[in-house]
Amino acid sequence: MSLTLADPAPSFTLPGTDGTEHSLEDYAPSDVLVLVQSCNHCPYVLAWEARMNAIQRDYADHGVRLVAVSSNDASRYPEDSFERMKERARDEGFAFDYLYDEEQTLARALGSERTPEVFVFDRDRRLRYHGAIDDNRDETAVTRHYLREALDAVLEGLDPPVAETPPVGCTVKWR
Amino acid sequence: MAKIELLFWSGCPSHPEALELLRRVLRERGIAAEVDLREVRTDEEAAELRFPGSPTIRVEGRDVDPDGAGAPARLACRIYRLPDGRVSPVPSREQLEEALR
Repeated sequence: MSLTLADPAPSFTLPGTDGTEHSLEDYAPSDVLVLVQSCNHCPYVLAWEARMNAIQRDYADHGVRLVAVSSNDASRYPEDSFERMKERARDEGFAFDYLYDEEQTLARALGSERTPEVFVFDRDRRLRYHGAIDDNRDETAVTRHYLREALDAVLEGLDPPVAETPPVGCTVKWR
Repeated sequence: MAKIELLFWSGCPSHPEALELLRRVLRERGIAAEVDLREVRTDEEAAELRFPGSPTIRVEGRDVDPDGAGAPARLACRIYRLPDGRVSPVPSREQLEEALR
């Protein structure tokens, strides 16, 4: 079961592709924390990945941190191994942190179902938006930028115009 | 009548879109075809059917994306490349048209 709006962000400490450990507390200085359930192998993630990078770049100076997390079972999906995650983060020049949730504890705490699936937490680390990045995996056909709209609202202390949307993508690959 | 097989795994949401695109291309080109929908449910079925991911479309037994046909069999969403290089979870219209020539 996914987190519901206003639920607190789950605690975590996970290794990142940058070679360091990252915890929820490490992101405390940021006004907004965006957790994105992600992975390497899913075509939906690949289709949205550049937009994730652009959003992190566009909102970095506004106190937003986007953090992608892969929890997929790498024994069945080798492209999602930590080593392959490191390669992808390096090759694609990710502007966001990319964390490996090998034990799947964060994915279970979030109640993630899909990749990509977005969770936006405000200054108090309460869930304010959950769902898709926008309304079309084809960037040229997007009409609603749900994540950007949510970030703009939360940064201004307002409710997102749309707080929940169904995430579209591959299933999380549970062990 | 052309024999077309669309294999899919329900864990990937792309097969309705692929089926819709396939039917549209068939209709536009006036091709009479029998589309056999087949769900792949287990790793064993995936191996038996040489299923490299969902959706997989075969026209007269030939994969519409020959480059990806030999990928390891598994239950996953399949990655396709559009003509402009972008990634897609469904074959491109061009791939379908080429396969139906």
